[in-house]
Amino acid sequence: MAEPARAKPKPTPETQHFWDGTQAGELRLQRCDACANVYFPPRPFCPSCASRKVSVFKASGKGKLYSYVINHRPAAPGFTPPYAIAVVELDEGPRMMSNIIDCPQTPEALELDMKLEVAFEKLDDKITLPLFRPAKG
Amino acid sequence: MRRNQVAVVGAAETTELGVIPNMSQIQLHADAALNAIADAGLKLSDIDGIATAVETPQQIAHYLGITPTWVDGTSVGGCSFMLHVRHAAAAIEAGLCKTVLITHAESGKSMIGKLPRSTPPDSLNGQFEAPFGVYGPPSMFPIPVLRYMKTYGITHEQIAMVAVAQREWAAKNPRAMMKDPITVADVLNSRMIAYPFRLLQCCLVTDGGGALILTSADRAKDFPKKPVYILGTGESVETPMVSQMETFNSSRAFKVAGPTAFKEAGITHKDVNHLMIYDAFAHLPLFGLGDLGFMPHEETGKFIADGNTRPGGKLPLNTNGGGLSYMHSGMYGMYALQESVRQMRGIAPAQVKDAKISVCHGVGGMFAASGTIIFTNER
Repeated sequence: MAEPARAKPKPTPETQHFWDGTQAGELRLQRCDACANVYFPPRPFCPSCASRKVSVFKASGKGKLYSYVINHRPAAPGFTPPYAIAVVELDEGPRMMSNIIDCPQTPEALELDMKLEVAFEKLDDKITLPLFRPAKG
Repeated sequence: MRRNQVAVVGAAETTELGVIPNMSQIQLHADAALNAIADAGLKLSDIDGIATAVETPQQIAHYLGITPTWVDGTSVGGCSFMLHVRHAAAAIEAGLCKTVLITHAESGKSMIGKLPRSTPPDSLNGQFEAPFGVYGPPSMFPIPVLRYMKTYGITHEQIAMVAVAQREWAAKNPRAMMKDPITVADVLNSRMIAYPFRLLQCCLVTDGGGALILTSADRAKDFPKKPVYILGTGESVETPMVSQMETFNSSRAFKVAGPTAFKEAGITHKDVNHLMIYDAFAHLPLFGLGDLGFMPHEETGKFIADGNTRPGGKLPLNTNGGGLSYMHSGMYGMYALQESVRQMRGIAPAQVKDAKISVCHGVGGMFAASGTIIFTNER
């Protein structure tokens, strides 16, 4: 029997650019052309000023650890507990949920505000997830 | 909304609470509704307004045989019933209906006649949270806690005291699921669920329900039970994605709903004799005390650890034992409302002496929504 797989996102017309970006090794955010607000999750208008003139840009992929839990039970399909579910604050401002890789999943190793950088994990030919690892240097 | 124009004239929980394997979810709704209708001394045909969540109003109206002229199916999670009370009070004042029945029930433990919750993979939650291993409320609701603790200097022991204090209240409630005393050490040594939270900091999973009946304050005096008046109300929503909250240092939905209710009620925090803050997890009372303006967030942990909310303390909080010890069928808001009504009627098992004003604050989803109702027993 196949191992249960982690939940896989299904892009919509409004989010396709984000998922195309992760496949291309880029973390893509949106910026409002009218008020310069940077926002996430994707949508074709600015949630701050309602302008429909918005641009997609490649984010730095850098951020810091805003908060997390280390989940023990129940574990989601495709995950081996304990594993951290993190919220990363990107240098550009928005926050996003992710996982922290290349790091022990312990309170001692996972320090709030530690610097992180994006890493891409390919799930299949269509979906690559943005994960984060402790920043080097 | 004007103060004290609408009153609760019927209130009841399901005949049993806890594990109820012999009843489907819809029958739990009916059991609570029939108990509340009997409590109010009414007939089913007297009900002309209906509100419920998760189950649809048409489902409950048809099952009970009610023909309403006003319907509310607001379903924003566990505080939906606070919003129903607010909407029903407005509807009664506007003359859209005279007598509203609000029902909640959930076969949360036995899962009989209950649809499983699911997250579509093309929803925003499905795309931007589900792939990262969130799996049920314990993996999501505590995500803000570590940031909150760091910002305000709150300790693990202080948050553990939430569970300890509420267990003391639960011990006074014969219908509470968990009544044995616990210590801070018991909490901090219980099984790890999602660090930093352990089993005793997470709500119970049970079956049950409750129902309320509201009518105008002018009619309320003719009912058999002491009317409990609606003094102030508030509501808001923020985001269905916990990761997208404006900040983890506060809940925006709390900060809108709570102060709106206080302003409408025309009271200050010193006037509050009894407080319910929906506690799906142990951090919620801290967020509530801060966001409702009882004290700065920096002081919430110490306030609870010092015993101010336990029996005999100056601010009795979650006097049924809360979602941590009384019961939690999935949408606990109705049970918080029931306890506020019992306290205002003067019939609570752990009655707060001479309580005149009760604040009942609810959360929906993972800080996604909020509703606050302020009750009084004086008009």
